[in-house]
Amino acid sequence: MKDISEDNAPRQRWLGLMAKAPTGRVAGLLDETMTRPAFTWLRAPEVGSTMVRARAGATGSPFNLGEVTVTRCALTLATGEVGHAYIQGRNKADAEAVAVVDALMQTTAATTLRTKVLDVLEAEQTAKKDARAAKAAATKVDFFTMVRGED
Amino acid sequence: MYVAVKGGERAIENAHAWLAEERRGVTSVAELSVEQIREQLALAVNRVMAEGSLYDPDLAALAIKQARGDLIEAIFLIRAYRTTLPRFGASLPVDTGKMACDRRISATFKDLPGGQILGPTFDYTHRLLDFKLAADGGVPEAATREAVPGDVPHVTEFLNHEGLIEEAPHDDTTPPDLTREPLEMPAERALRLQALTRADEGFTLGMAYSTQRGYARNHAFVGELRIGSVPVEMDIPELGFSIEIGEVTLTECETVNQFTGSKSEPPQFTRGYGLVFGQTERKAISMALVDRALRWEELGEEDEGAPAQDAEFVLYHADNIQATGFLEHIKLPHYVDFQAELELVRKLRKEAGANSVREAAE
Repeated sequence: MKDISEDNAPRQRWLGLMAKAPTGRVAGLLDETMTRPAFTWLRAPEVGSTMVRARAGATGSPFNLGEVTVTRCALTLATGEVGHAYIQGRNKADAEAVAVVDALMQTTAATTLRTKVLDVLEAEQTAKKDARAAKAAATKVDFFTMVRGED
Repeated sequence: MYVAVKGGERAIENAHAWLAEERRGVTSVAELSVEQIREQLALAVNRVMAEGSLYDPDLAALAIKQARGDLIEAIFLIRAYRTTLPRFGASLPVDTGKMACDRRISATFKDLPGGQILGPTFDYTHRLLDFKLAADGGVPEAATREAVPGDVPHVTEFLNHEGLIEEAPHDDTTPPDLTREPLEMPAERALRLQALTRADEGFTLGMAYSTQRGYARNHAFVGELRIGSVPVEMDIPELGFSIEIGEVTLTECETVNQFTGSKSEPPQFTRGYGLVFGQTERKAISMALVDRALRWEELGEEDEGAPAQDAEFVLYHADNIQATGFLEHIKLPHYVDFQAELELVRKLRKEAGANSVREAAE
Protein backbone atom coordinates (compact mmCIF):
# COMPACT_ATOMS: atom_id res chain seq x y z
CA MET A 1 0.00 0.00 0.00
CA LYS A 2 1.01 3.55 -0.60
CA ASP A 3 2.35 5.51 2.30
CA ILE A 4 -0.35 7.70 3.64
CA SER A 5 -0.65 9.78 6.75
CA GLU A 6 -1.37 7.98 10.03
CA ASP A 7 -4.82 9.59 10.23
CA ASN A 8 -5.99 8.06 6.99
CA ALA A 9 -4.62 4.56 7.55
CA PRO A 10 -7.60 3.23 9.58
CA ARG A 11 -10.08 4.63 7.04
CA GLN A 12 -8.08 3.12 4.20
CA ARG A 13 -8.29 -0.25 5.97
CA TRP A 14 -12.02 -0.19 6.65
CA LEU A 15 -12.90 0.93 3.13
CA GLY A 16 -10.74 -1.89 1.73
CA LEU A 17 -12.26 -4.40 4.11
CA MET A 18 -15.83 -3.47 3.15
CA ALA A 19 -14.99 -3.39 -0.59
CA LYS A 20 -14.06 -7.07 -0.42
CA ALA A 21 -17.13 -8.20 1.58
CA PRO A 22 -19.57 -10.65 -0.04
CA THR A 23 -22.79 -9.29 -1.58
CA GLY A 24 -25.23 -7.96 1.01
CA ARG A 25 -22.93 -8.58 3.97
CA VAL A 26 -22.11 -4.97 4.93
CA ALA A 27 -25.77 -3.95 4.59
CA GLY A 28 -26.84 -6.94 6.69
CA LEU A 29 -24.39 -6.25 9.50
CA LEU A 30 -25.14 -2.53 9.50
CA ASP A 31 -28.89 -3.06 9.76
CA GLU A 32 -28.44 -5.59 12.58
CA THR A 33 -26.40 -3.00 14.46
CA MET A 34 -28.43 0.18 14.11
CA THR A 35 -31.06 2.14 12.28
CA ARG A 36 -29.50 3.96 9.35
CA PRO A 37 -29.19 7.72 9.74
CA ALA A 38 -30.67 10.19 7.28
CA PHE A 39 -28.32 11.31 4.49
CA THR A 40 -28.26 13.13 1.19
CA TRP A 41 -26.43 11.95 -1.91
CA LEU A 42 -23.29 13.74 -3.00
CA ARG A 43 -23.01 11.22 -5.77
CA ALA A 44 -25.79 8.69 -6.28
CA PRO A 45 -24.57 5.10 -6.71
CA GLU A 46 -23.22 4.42 -10.21
CA VAL A 47 -21.73 1.38 -11.87
CA GLY A 48 -18.55 1.73 -13.89
CA SER A 49 -15.17 0.14 -14.33
CA THR A 50 -11.58 0.41 -13.25
CA MET A 51 -8.72 -0.61 -15.53
CA VAL A 52 -6.58 -3.10 -13.63
CA ARG A 53 -2.89 -2.63 -14.26
CA ALA A 54 -0.03 -5.06 -13.78
CA ARG A 55 3.71 -5.06 -14.43
CA ALA A 56 5.59 -6.86 -17.21
CA GLY A 57 7.61 -9.62 -15.56
CA ALA A 58 5.79 -8.81 -12.28
CA THR A 59 8.18 -5.96 -11.47
CA GLY A 60 8.72 -4.05 -14.73
CA SER A 61 6.77 -1.48 -16.72
CA PRO A 62 3.01 -1.23 -16.18
CA PHE A 63 0.51 -2.57 -18.71
CA ASN A 64 -3.29 -2.68 -18.83
CA LEU A 65 -4.59 -6.11 -17.87
CA GLY A 66 -8.33 -5.58 -18.19
CA GLU A 67 -11.21 -3.93 -16.41
CA VAL A 68 -13.17 -4.81 -13.31
CA THR A 69 -16.71 -3.64 -12.57
CA VAL A 70 -16.95 -1.14 -9.72
CA THR A 71 -19.83 0.64 -7.96
CA ARG A 72 -19.22 3.96 -6.27
CA CYS A 73 -21.20 6.57 -4.38
CA ALA A 74 -20.76 9.39 -1.85
CA LEU A 75 -23.16 10.81 0.71
CA THR A 76 -23.42 13.31 3.55
CA LEU A 77 -25.07 12.54 6.87
CA ALA A 78 -27.45 15.09 8.37
CA THR A 79 -24.68 15.71 10.92
CA GLY A 80 -22.23 16.61 8.14
CA GLU A 81 -19.92 13.59 7.87
CA VAL A 82 -19.11 12.48 4.32
CA GLY A 83 -18.99 8.80 3.43
CA HIS A 84 -17.49 7.26 0.29
CA ALA A 85 -17.70 3.84 -1.31
CA TYR A 86 -15.78 2.19 -4.14
CA ILE A 87 -16.56 -1.50 -4.26
CA GLN A 88 -15.96 -4.26 -6.77
CA GLY A 89 -18.99 -5.50 -8.69
CA ARG A 90 -22.35 -4.00 -9.58
CA ASN A 91 -24.28 -3.53 -6.39
CA LYS A 92 -25.72 -0.11 -5.57
CA ALA A 93 -27.31 -1.22 -2.29
CA ASP A 94 -23.96 -2.49 -1.03
CA ALA A 95 -22.19 0.71 -2.09
CA GLU A 96 -24.76 2.72 -0.15
CA ALA A 97 -24.23 0.62 2.99
CA VAL A 98 -20.43 0.98 2.71
CA ALA A 99 -20.68 4.77 2.35
CA VAL A 100 -23.06 4.97 5.34
CA VAL A 101 -20.65 2.96 7.50
CA ASP A 102 -17.72 5.07 6.26
CA ALA A 103 -19.56 8.24 7.33
CA LEU A 104 -20.70 6.77 10.65
CA MET A 105 -17.13 5.68 11.44
CA GLN A 106 -16.39 9.39 11.78
CA THR A 107 -19.08 9.74 14.49
CA THR A 108 -19.56 8.40 18.02
CA ALA A 109 -21.03 5.24 16.48
CA ALA A 110 -17.50 4.23 15.46
CA THR A 111 -16.80 1.92 18.41
CA THR A 112 -20.03 -0.01 17.97
CA LEU A 113 -19.52 -0.34 14.20
CA ARG A 114 -15.93 -1.42 14.72
CA THR A 115 -16.97 -4.42 16.81
CA LYS A 116 -20.28 -5.27 15.16
CA VAL A 117 -19.40 -4.70 11.49
CA LEU A 118 -15.69 -4.29 10.75
CA ASP A 119 -14.30 -6.87 13.18
CA VAL A 120 -16.90 -9.38 11.99
CA LEU A 121 -15.98 -8.78 8.34
CA GLU A 122 -12.30 -9.04 9.13
CA ALA A 123 -12.76 -12.34 10.99
CA GLU A 124 -14.83 -13.75 8.12
CA GLN A 125 -12.30 -12.73 5.50
CA THR A 126 -9.39 -14.11 7.49
CA ALA A 127 -11.22 -17.41 8.05
CA LYS A 128 -11.98 -17.70 4.33
CA LYS A 129 -8.37 -16.94 3.36
CA ASP A 130 -6.98 -19.36 5.93
CA ALA A 131 -9.28 -22.15 4.79
CA ARG A 132 -8.07 -21.74 1.20
CA ALA A 133 -4.44 -21.49 2.25
CA ALA A 134 -4.81 -24.70 4.30
CA LYS A 135 -6.22 -26.57 1.29
CA ALA A 136 -3.36 -25.24 -0.86
CA ALA A 137 -0.82 -26.29 1.78
CA ALA A 138 -2.23 -29.84 1.70
CA THR A 139 -1.30 -30.00 -2.02
CA LYS A 140 2.31 -29.04 -1.37
CA VAL A 141 4.70 -31.68 -2.68
CA ASP A 142 6.98 -33.46 -0.22
CA PHE A 143 9.90 -34.90 -2.17
CA PHE A 144 11.52 -38.10 -0.99
CA THR A 145 15.00 -39.07 -2.06
CA MET A 146 14.79 -42.47 -3.76
CA VAL A 147 18.41 -43.24 -4.63
CA ARG A 148 21.31 -40.94 -3.95
CA GLY A 149 23.58 -40.77 -6.95
CA GLU A 150 26.81 -40.34 -4.99
CA ASP A 151 26.32 -43.40 -2.75
CA MET B 1 -31.12 -5.67 -62.14
CA TYR B 2 -31.35 -5.60 -58.34
CA VAL B 3 -33.90 -3.43 -56.61
CA ALA B 4 -33.35 -2.45 -52.97
CA VAL B 5 -35.87 -4.10 -50.68
CA LYS B 6 -36.61 -4.28 -47.01
CA GLY B 7 -38.25 -6.95 -44.98
CA GLY B 8 -37.56 -9.89 -42.77
CA GLU B 9 -38.66 -8.30 -39.49
CA ARG B 10 -41.17 -11.03 -38.80
CA ALA B 11 -38.70 -13.77 -39.78
CA ILE B 12 -36.05 -12.24 -37.49
CA GLU B 13 -38.46 -11.93 -34.58
CA ASN B 14 -39.58 -15.50 -34.96
CA ALA B 15 -35.98 -16.71 -35.29
CA HIS B 16 -35.09 -15.00 -32.02
CA ALA B 17 -38.12 -16.45 -30.25
CA TRP B 18 -37.13 -19.91 -31.42
CA LEU B 19 -33.54 -19.23 -30.31
CA ALA B 20 -34.84 -18.46 -26.80
CA GLU B 21 -36.80 -21.70 -26.79
CA GLU B 22 -33.83 -23.73 -28.00
CA ARG B 23 -31.62 -22.04 -25.42
CA ARG B 24 -33.94 -23.26 -22.69
CA GLY B 25 -33.98 -26.82 -24.04
CA VAL B 26 -36.65 -29.29 -22.97
CA THR B 27 -38.59 -27.90 -20.05
CA SER B 28 -38.66 -31.26 -18.27
CA VAL B 29 -34.98 -30.60 -17.44
CA ALA B 30 -34.34 -28.02 -14.68
CA GLU B 31 -33.21 -24.59 -15.87
CA LEU B 32 -29.56 -23.67 -15.30
CA SER B 33 -29.06 -20.71 -12.98
CA VAL B 34 -26.40 -18.04 -13.43
CA GLU B 35 -25.05 -19.00 -9.98
CA GLN B 36 -24.67 -22.63 -11.09
CA ILE B 37 -22.68 -21.56 -14.13
CA ARG B 38 -20.53 -19.23 -12.03
CA GLU B 39 -19.75 -21.91 -9.45
CA GLN B 40 -19.65 -25.09 -11.53
CA LEU B 41 -18.39 -23.93 -14.92
CA ALA B 42 -15.83 -21.59 -13.38
CA LEU B 43 -13.14 -22.14 -15.99
CA ALA B 44 -15.52 -21.18 -18.79
CA VAL B 45 -16.44 -18.10 -16.74
CA ASN B 46 -12.73 -17.32 -16.33
CA ARG B 47 -12.10 -17.54 -20.06
CA VAL B 48 -14.99 -15.20 -20.79
CA MET B 49 -13.68 -12.68 -18.23
CA ALA B 50 -10.12 -12.89 -19.60
CA GLU B 51 -11.01 -12.51 -23.26
CA GLY B 52 -13.97 -10.23 -22.59
CA SER B 53 -11.42 -8.13 -20.68
CA LEU B 54 -13.86 -7.50 -17.83
CA TYR B 55 -13.59 -9.15 -14.44
CA ASP B 56 -17.11 -9.86 -13.22
CA PRO B 57 -17.97 -13.56 -12.66
CA ASP B 58 -21.73 -12.96 -12.48
CA LEU B 59 -21.81 -11.11 -15.79
CA ALA B 60 -19.61 -13.70 -17.48
CA ALA B 61 -21.89 -16.49 -16.22
CA LEU B 62 -24.95 -14.64 -17.52
CA ALA B 63 -23.24 -14.18 -20.89
CA ILE B 64 -22.48 -17.91 -21.09
CA LYS B 65 -26.12 -18.74 -20.35
CA GLN B 66 -27.37 -16.24 -22.94
CA ALA B 67 -24.85 -17.52 -25.53
CA ARG B 68 -25.91 -21.14 -24.99
CA GLY B 69 -22.34 -21.98 -23.99
CA ASP B 70 -20.78 -20.43 -27.12
CA LEU B 71 -17.83 -18.78 -25.36
CA ILE B 72 -16.86 -16.43 -28.19
CA GLU B 73 -20.47 -15.22 -28.38
CA ALA B 74 -20.36 -14.76 -24.58
CA ILE B 75 -17.10 -12.80 -24.87
CA PHE B 76 -18.79 -10.63 -27.53
CA LEU B 77 -21.63 -9.86 -25.09
CA ILE B 78 -19.15 -8.91 -22.37
CA ARG B 79 -17.12 -6.68 -24.70
CA ALA B 80 -20.31 -4.92 -25.79
CA TYR B 81 -21.41 -4.40 -22.17
CA ARG B 82 -17.94 -3.15 -21.22
CA THR B 83 -18.23 -0.26 -23.65
CA THR B 84 -21.30 1.04 -21.78
CA LEU B 85 -19.42 1.46 -18.49
CA PRO B 86 -17.95 4.79 -17.47
CA ARG B 87 -14.27 4.38 -16.57
CA PHE B 88 -13.59 5.50 -12.99
CA GLY B 89 -9.84 5.25 -13.35
CA ALA B 90 -6.97 2.80 -13.32
CA SER B 91 -5.67 0.69 -10.47
CA LEU B 92 -2.16 0.77 -9.11
CA PRO B 93 -0.23 -2.11 -10.72
CA VAL B 94 -1.21 -5.31 -8.90
CA ASP B 95 1.56 -6.93 -6.87
CA THR B 96 1.63 -10.62 -7.79
CA GLY B 97 4.40 -11.14 -5.22
CA LYS B 98 1.67 -10.66 -2.60
CA MET B 99 -0.62 -13.23 -4.22
CA ALA B 100 -2.53 -15.60 -1.93
CA CYS B 101 -1.53 -18.65 -3.99
CA ASP B 102 -3.92 -21.53 -4.65
CA ARG B 103 -1.28 -23.02 -6.89
CA ARG B 104 2.40 -22.33 -7.40
CA ILE B 105 4.74 -24.61 -9.27
CA SER B 106 8.15 -24.33 -10.86
CA ALA B 107 9.49 -26.57 -13.60
CA THR B 108 13.02 -25.25 -13.08
CA PHE B 109 13.63 -25.68 -9.34
CA LYS B 110 12.50 -28.67 -7.32
CA ASP B 111 13.19 -27.20 -3.90
CA LEU B 112 12.28 -23.57 -3.78
CA PRO B 113 11.15 -21.32 -0.95
CA GLY B 114 7.40 -21.69 -0.62
CA GLY B 115 7.50 -25.13 -2.22
CA GLN B 116 5.60 -26.72 -5.08
CA ILE B 117 1.90 -26.22 -4.40
CA LEU B 118 -0.24 -28.15 -6.87
CA GLY B 119 -3.60 -26.55 -6.09
CA PRO B 120 -6.86 -27.68 -7.73
CA THR B 121 -5.29 -28.97 -10.95
CA PHE B 122 -6.21 -31.36 -13.78
CA ASP B 123 -2.52 -32.34 -13.93
CA TYR B 124 -1.87 -35.98 -12.97
CA THR B 125 -5.51 -36.92 -13.52
CA HIS B 126 -5.95 -39.87 -15.87
CA ARG B 127 -8.32 -38.11 -18.24
CA LEU B 128 -10.81 -40.93 -17.89
CA LEU B 129 -14.47 -39.95 -17.91
CA ASP B 130 -15.83 -40.02 -14.40
CA PHE B 131 -19.30 -41.51 -14.59
CA LYS B 132 -19.87 -40.77 -10.92
CA LEU B 133 -20.31 -37.11 -11.94
CA ALA B 134 -23.21 -38.13 -14.18
CA ALA B 135 -24.84 -39.78 -11.19
CA ASP B 136 -24.96 -36.85 -8.77
CA GLY B 137 -22.17 -38.14 -6.57
CA GLY B 138 -21.09 -36.42 -3.37
CA VAL B 139 -17.70 -34.73 -3.18
CA PRO B 140 -15.02 -35.80 -0.72
CA GLU B 141 -13.80 -32.90 1.40
CA ALA B 142 -10.43 -31.42 0.41
CA ALA B 143 -7.62 -32.16 2.85
CA THR B 144 -6.03 -29.34 4.80
CA ARG B 145 -2.62 -28.75 6.31
CA GLU B 146 -1.21 -25.90 8.30
CA ALA B 147 -0.11 -23.19 5.90
CA VAL B 148 3.11 -21.24 6.22
CA PRO B 149 2.15 -17.57 6.54
CA GLY B 150 3.82 -14.88 4.46
CA ASP B 151 4.32 -14.01 0.81
CA VAL B 152 5.58 -16.53 -1.71
CA PRO B 153 8.66 -15.10 -3.46
CA HIS B 154 8.97 -15.15 -7.26
CA VAL B 155 11.38 -17.70 -8.70
CA THR B 156 13.02 -15.12 -10.96
CA GLU B 157 14.15 -13.29 -7.81
CA PHE B 158 16.57 -16.14 -6.99
CA LEU B 159 18.07 -16.01 -10.47
CA ASN B 160 18.20 -12.22 -10.28
CA HIS B 161 20.42 -12.46 -7.20
CA GLU B 162 23.11 -14.12 -9.28
CA GLY B 163 22.55 -11.87 -12.29
CA LEU B 164 21.67 -14.98 -14.30
CA ILE B 165 18.46 -13.58 -15.72
CA GLU B 166 17.56 -10.27 -17.27
CA GLU B 167 15.95 -7.77 -14.91
CA ALA B 168 12.47 -6.38 -15.37
CA PRO B 169 13.33 -2.86 -14.23
CA HIS B 170 10.65 -1.00 -12.34
CA ASP B 171 9.20 2.13 -13.89
CA ASP B 172 5.96 4.03 -13.63
CA THR B 173 5.18 5.18 -17.14
CA THR B 174 1.48 5.30 -18.02
CA PRO B 175 0.88 2.36 -20.36
CA PRO B 176 -0.91 2.76 -23.71
CA ASP B 177 -4.48 1.42 -23.74
CA LEU B 178 -5.82 -0.33 -26.84
CA THR B 179 -9.40 0.12 -25.62
CA ARG B 180 -8.88 3.86 -26.03
CA GLU B 181 -6.45 4.20 -28.95
CA PRO B 182 -6.52 1.80 -31.89
CA LEU B 183 -3.71 -0.74 -31.91
CA GLU B 184 -0.90 0.54 -34.12
CA MET B 185 2.49 -0.84 -35.14
CA PRO B 186 5.15 -0.89 -33.94
CA ALA B 187 3.55 -1.94 -30.66
CA GLU B 188 5.60 -1.55 -27.50
CA ARG B 189 5.64 -4.42 -25.01
CA ALA B 190 2.97 -2.92 -22.73
CA LEU B 191 0.56 -2.82 -25.66
CA ARG B 192 1.50 -6.33 -26.77
CA LEU B 193 0.86 -7.68 -23.28
CA GLN B 194 -2.56 -6.01 -23.15
CA ALA B 195 -3.46 -7.47 -26.54
CA LEU B 196 -2.19 -10.93 -25.59
CA THR B 197 -3.95 -11.16 -22.22
CA ARG B 198 -7.34 -10.63 -23.94
CA ALA B 199 -6.39 -12.64 -27.05
CA ASP B 200 -8.19 -15.79 -28.14
CA GLU B 201 -6.93 -18.76 -26.17
CA GLY B 202 -6.85 -21.09 -29.16
CA PHE B 203 -4.95 -18.64 -31.35
CA THR B 204 -2.45 -17.86 -28.59
CA LEU B 205 -1.98 -21.57 -27.88
CA GLY B 206 -1.35 -22.29 -31.58
CA MET B 207 1.18 -19.46 -31.84
CA ALA B 208 2.94 -20.61 -28.66
CA TYR B 209 3.00 -24.20 -29.88
CA SER B 210 4.58 -23.07 -33.16
CA THR B 211 7.52 -21.60 -31.22
CA GLN B 212 8.01 -24.93 -29.45
CA ARG B 213 8.01 -26.76 -32.76
CA GLY B 214 10.82 -24.61 -34.09
CA TYR B 215 9.29 -21.44 -35.54
CA ALA B 216 11.23 -18.83 -33.58
CA ARG B 217 12.49 -21.41 -31.15
CA ASN B 218 13.47 -19.95 -27.79
CA HIS B 219 13.18 -22.99 -25.57
CA ALA B 220 11.00 -21.96 -22.65
CA PHE B 221 11.08 -23.39 -19.16
CA VAL B 222 8.16 -22.59 -16.90
CA GLY B 223 10.18 -20.83 -14.24
CA GLU B 224 6.99 -20.33 -12.30
CA LEU B 225 3.28 -20.68 -12.63
CA ARG B 226 1.08 -19.25 -9.91
CA ILE B 227 -2.67 -18.88 -9.49
CA GLY B 228 -4.31 -16.97 -6.69
CA SER B 229 -5.94 -13.75 -5.63
CA VAL B 230 -4.47 -10.29 -5.37
CA PRO B 231 -6.07 -7.11 -4.06
CA VAL B 232 -6.84 -4.32 -6.54
CA GLU B 233 -5.91 -0.92 -5.18
CA MET B 234 -6.88 2.40 -6.68
CA ASP B 235 -6.17 6.05 -5.93
CA ILE B 236 -9.39 7.79 -4.96
CA PRO B 237 -9.03 11.51 -5.72
CA GLU B 238 -11.88 12.59 -3.45
CA LEU B 239 -10.24 10.79 -0.52
CA GLY B 240 -6.68 11.78 -1.34
CA PHE B 241 -5.35 8.27 -0.80
CA SER B 242 -5.64 4.80 -2.31
CA ILE B 243 -7.92 2.01 -1.11
CA GLU B 244 -8.41 -1.62 -2.02
CA ILE B 245 -11.56 -1.75 -4.11
CA GLY B 246 -11.66 -5.51 -4.54
CA GLU B 247 -9.80 -8.65 -5.33
CA VAL B 248 -9.15 -10.59 -8.54
CA THR B 249 -7.91 -14.11 -9.22
CA LEU B 250 -5.03 -14.17 -11.67
CA THR B 251 -2.83 -16.75 -13.36
CA GLU B 252 0.78 -15.72 -13.84
CA CYS B 253 3.42 -17.53 -15.85
CA GLU B 254 7.06 -16.54 -15.97
CA THR B 255 9.19 -18.38 -18.45
CA VAL B 256 12.95 -18.68 -18.33
CA ASN B 257 14.27 -18.79 -21.86
CA GLN B 258 17.50 -19.37 -23.68
CA PHE B 259 20.12 -16.82 -23.04
CA THR B 260 21.49 -13.94 -24.94
CA GLY B 261 24.78 -12.21 -24.42
CA SER B 262 26.89 -9.69 -26.21
CA LYS B 263 30.36 -8.20 -26.09
CA SER B 264 29.26 -5.92 -23.27
CA GLU B 265 26.98 -8.29 -21.38
CA PRO B 266 27.67 -11.83 -20.17
CA PRO B 267 25.17 -14.53 -21.15
CA GLN B 268 21.98 -14.55 -19.13
CA PHE B 269 18.53 -16.09 -19.32
CA THR B 270 15.73 -14.05 -20.87
CA ARG B 271 12.09 -13.93 -19.82
CA GLY B 272 8.58 -14.22 -21.17
CA TYR B 273 5.56 -13.08 -19.19
CA GLY B 274 1.96 -14.18 -19.06
CA LEU B 275 -0.72 -12.77 -16.76
CA VAL B 276 -4.40 -13.47 -17.28
CA PHE B 277 -7.67 -12.95 -15.36
CA GLY B 278 -8.95 -16.06 -13.56
CA GLN B 279 -7.62 -19.59 -13.39
CA THR B 280 -6.47 -19.72 -17.00
CA GLU B 281 -3.27 -21.69 -17.02
CA ARG B 282 -3.07 -22.80 -20.65
CA LYS B 283 -3.61 -19.23 -21.77
CA ALA B 284 -1.05 -17.74 -19.36
CA ILE B 285 1.69 -20.16 -20.46
CA SER B 286 0.84 -19.50 -24.12
CA MET B 287 0.94 -15.76 -23.53
CA ALA B 288 4.40 -16.00 -21.95
CA LEU B 289 5.77 -17.96 -24.91
CA VAL B 290 4.31 -15.57 -27.47
CA ASP B 291 5.46 -12.54 -25.46
CA ARG B 292 8.98 -13.94 -25.49
CA ALA B 293 8.89 -14.68 -29.24
CA LEU B 294 7.73 -11.11 -29.97
CA ARG B 295 10.67 -9.70 -28.01
CA TRP B 296 13.20 -10.91 -30.62
CA GLU B 297 14.08 -7.42 -31.80
CA GLU B 298 14.79 -5.85 -28.40
CA LEU B 299 16.87 -8.92 -27.47
CA GLY B 300 18.93 -8.66 -30.64
CA GLU B 301 17.77 -11.97 -32.09
CA GLU B 302 17.45 -12.80 -35.74
CA ASP B 303 14.19 -12.34 -37.59
CA GLU B 304 13.54 -15.90 -38.71
CA GLY B 305 10.36 -14.85 -40.47
CA ALA B 306 8.40 -17.03 -38.06
CA PRO B 307 4.72 -16.15 -37.60
CA ALA B 308 5.12 -15.81 -33.82
CA GLN B 309 7.82 -13.15 -34.34
CA ASP B 310 5.55 -11.01 -36.49
CA ALA B 311 3.87 -8.60 -34.08
CA GLU B 312 1.53 -7.28 -36.76
CA PHE B 313 0.40 -10.77 -37.74
CA VAL B 314 -0.02 -11.95 -34.15
CA LEU B 315 -1.67 -8.88 -32.65
CA TYR B 316 -4.02 -8.12 -35.55
CA HIS B 317 -5.33 -11.68 -35.66
CA ALA B 318 -5.39 -12.60 -31.97
CA ASP B 319 -8.64 -10.88 -31.05
CA ASN B 320 -11.51 -13.30 -31.50
CA ILE B 321 -14.17 -10.60 -31.49
CA GLN B 322 -12.56 -8.65 -34.31
CA ALA B 323 -11.91 -11.89 -36.17
CA THR B 324 -15.36 -13.34 -35.73
CA GLY B 325 -16.98 -10.02 -36.56
CA PHE B 326 -15.27 -9.83 -39.91
CA LEU B 327 -15.53 -13.54 -40.62
CA GLU B 328 -19.20 -13.85 -39.81
CA HIS B 329 -20.27 -10.71 -41.59
CA ILE B 330 -19.84 -12.51 -44.93
CA LYS B 331 -22.91 -14.60 -44.20
CA LEU B 332 -25.07 -11.47 -44.06
CA PRO B 333 -26.78 -10.20 -47.23
CA HIS B 334 -24.31 -9.13 -49.92
CA TYR B 335 -26.95 -9.08 -52.65
CA VAL B 336 -25.80 -5.84 -54.27
CA ASP B 337 -22.08 -6.76 -54.16
CA PHE B 338 -22.84 -10.11 -55.64
CA GLN B 339 -25.15 -8.67 -58.29
CA ALA B 340 -22.25 -6.52 -59.51
CA GLU B 341 -19.97 -9.55 -59.74
CA LEU B 342 -22.65 -11.47 -61.55
CA GLU B 343 -23.08 -8.69 -64.11
CA LEU B 344 -19.33 -8.56 -64.63
CA VAL B 345 -18.95 -12.31 -65.21
CA ARG B 346 -21.86 -12.29 -67.65
CA LYS B 347 -20.31 -9.39 -69.55
CA LEU B 348 -16.88 -11.08 -69.68
CA ARG B 349 -18.42 -14.32 -70.89
CA LYS B 350 -20.36 -12.45 -73.58
CA GLU B 351 -17.19 -10.72 -74.77
CA ALA B 352 -15.25 -13.99 -74.76
CA GLY B 353 -18.07 -15.59 -76.74
CA ALA B 354 -18.10 -12.75 -79.30
CA ASN B 355 -14.30 -12.98 -79.69
CA SER B 356 -14.37 -16.72 -80.35
CA VAL B 357 -17.13 -16.29 -82.95
CA ARG B 358 -15.03 -13.57 -84.62
CA GLU B 359 -11.88 -15.76 -84.53
CA ALA B 360 -13.78 -18.69 -86.03
CA ALA B 361 -15.03 -16.43 -88.82
CA GLU B 362 -11.54 -15.12 -89.66
